[in-house]
Amino acid sequence: MARLNADNVALAERIIARYPKPRSALIPLCHLAQEQDGWLSEEAMAHIAELIDCTPAQVLGTASFYEMFKLHPVGRYCVNVCTNISCQLLGGEELLEHAEETLGVRSGGTTEDGMFTLEDVECVAACTEAPAVQVNYRYFHRLDTEAFDELISALRAGELEDSVPPHGTLAKVRQELDGDRVANITAPQDQSKPVWIERAEAAARSGGDDS
Amino acid sequence: MNAIVNRLGDSTTGSGEDVPLIVSSRFTEPAGHTLEGYRNSGSYRGYEGLRSALERSPSEVGEIVKEATLLGRGGAGFPAGVKWGFCPPDVWPRYIVVNGDESEPGTYKDRVLMERDPHQLIEGCLLAAYAIGAAQVFLYVRGEMAHAQERIAAALNEAYEANLVGRNILGSDFSVDIVLTWGAGAYIVGEETALIESLEGNRGMPRLKPPFFPAAKGLYMQPTVVNNVETLSNLPWLFEHGVNAFRETGTESSPGTRLIALSGHVNNPGVFEVAQGTTTFRDLFESPRYGAGIRNGHELKMFIPGGASAPWFFSEHLDIPLEAREVGPAGSMLGSGAVVVMDETTDAVRACLRLVRFFARESCGKCTPCREGTTWEEQILTRILEGHGRPSDIDLLTDIGDNISPGPYPVAADPGSGLEAVPFPPRQTTICPLGPSSVAPITSALRRFRSEFTDKIKRRDPIPVSSEPVPVNHAGEFDSGAAHV
Repeated sequence: MARLNADNVALAERIIARYPKPRSALIPLCHLAQEQDGWLSEEAMAHIAELIDCTPAQVLGTASFYEMFKLHPVGRYCVNVCTNISCQLLGGEELLEHAEETLGVRSGGTTEDGMFTLEDVECVAACTEAPAVQVNYRYFHRLDTEAFDELISALRAGELEDSVPPHGTLAKVRQELDGDRVANITAPQDQSKPVWIERAEAAARSGGDDS
Repeated sequence: MNAIVNRLGDSTTGSGEDVPLIVSSRFTEPAGHTLEGYRNSGSYRGYEGLRSALERSPSEVGEIVKEATLLGRGGAGFPAGVKWGFCPPDVWPRYIVVNGDESEPGTYKDRVLMERDPHQLIEGCLLAAYAIGAAQVFLYVRGEMAHAQERIAAALNEAYEANLVGRNILGSDFSVDIVLTWGAGAYIVGEETALIESLEGNRGMPRLKPPFFPAAKGLYMQPTVVNNVETLSNLPWLFEHGVNAFRETGTESSPGTRLIALSGHVNNPGVFEVAQGTTTFRDLFESPRYGAGIRNGHELKMFIPGGASAPWFFSEHLDIPLEAREVGPAGSMLGSGAVVVMDETTDAVRACLRLVRFFARESCGKCTPCREGTTWEEQILTRILEGHGRPSDIDLLTDIGDNISPGPYPVAADPGSGLEAVPFPPRQTTICPLGPSSVAPITSALRRFRSEFTDKIKRRDPIPVSSEPVPVNHAGEFDSGAAHV
């Protein structure tokens, strides 16, 4: 629940530089803050506003639209049970009910030890592997109630630390895109016709003159 | 426990011998996602299509895509080459936005493409950028797809290192940056103008078209081409094998292949690459190499031919091919390649409620008919299902639907009652098709399974009263002992 730390500010500046306008980095920076703290705090949103030159209200206005941004602390593991059509047909809703019993919280609730937040979610794009569950956006397929309980015990025992990072961390590999690697990212008004188009048009014009 | 960790879906396979694997040839290659795997496995040699395209002029490259009639695979099915041509001449810069925000219920193909063959998508982006003259590509991946984000980030890093993306690609004067960016959980961002809003750092609310057609006024009000992941993933094969080879599969108006995610009550659910236009739903459900039949011993009740937004089909539609020209007049759409099969054990009202609830939750709130209407639909269906429905509820549902989508709504013919099909698409009082989509399951279920609604309404269940109060605290916790009294 804090502003971005020094390392993340440096990373934030590199992220901002990959967009033609700083405001486009709003969602990526919210993800970064959530990776740092596990949730998205007011202090972090105010800091992001400073970095991309908008108001904290604008950051909140955008962040509050998106389900993945948690504006209150959540568990170390967000357990998302899909109940949409393909999963419903194969027991997704029953699995959610079982999950509520196993964890002792209703959908949307967090366990007292702060380990798990349970959510019933919309289609997670694993329809052929129904019923599907995501834990911190990592997939677990075709879970029956027994396999679900096994999964929860394994998470509790810390056996899945390598494959399921704490809530807030999405991709563990980052795109490296700064310095020499960047070919051509500037504001729209500083861009003109690309050289390869210019060249092709010139060639077409001279070709046309010949004929 | 390890056996189920991050399993990619064992049943995901390619297709049979007579259908070329255009986009899925590396799905079963363990290293297909790496640069080396992309160059040395699959149905073509990776990045060779780009090399040959760079020897042609950008307009020739665009012509090839137009000749191939590569239809968009995101849902609307508009030809990609024609879409590229809509950019107004001499307005620069132009952008390409890749729509990888796959969230239509039942749809599950772009994620597999991004996870298992990210270089194929990157090469597709490069070909499109070269043709339309875009200096920047934004690859927008759905927020919930952490594994796809990782695979694409790693692939982009490799590609930049190998001078396949970035400055002076392969020694030419073609330079483009591909920026990976991801969403944060909102179905509506799959709508192209909402996606652009999201990329600009805003709430994902669709823009009114006109004037905001992305090709004219898109990202930062500049000409922008928004293409689906699968559409772009077709390009490398097309450029290596040529237009004629591409058009050998499928039909004149729908050439090539399509990835179909077949889920629900079939014996072998999976993502399959099938011939477009010629494969029928029956092939898909019954062929041992695809669905291998309705799950043991059960019968087909209904199926969704193109994602949650598509009106339902029934057993008499099994012989319709995956061809927009036939599916549309029959009252539905092919949409995003999501086929969901439901057998006779399925409660039509319950399935209908689940689909409608999705639209109610995902409505962005910009247009009143959708924001209010989808919520009302959900509430009414909930009370019908729970045994508290009113006799007037069926008319009320129809009326709300008519406010979101006026006039006859697309629906399949009903031979039993002699009612004819209403062709796709629906009309709408909203900016985007999300609200009208919520009417699809209701109209389909009401026409065919009206008695399931009326039976539930006739039966009035008493409101259950627990002998003891159920304690619920602010965190939504409850005493598990009292939960299901």
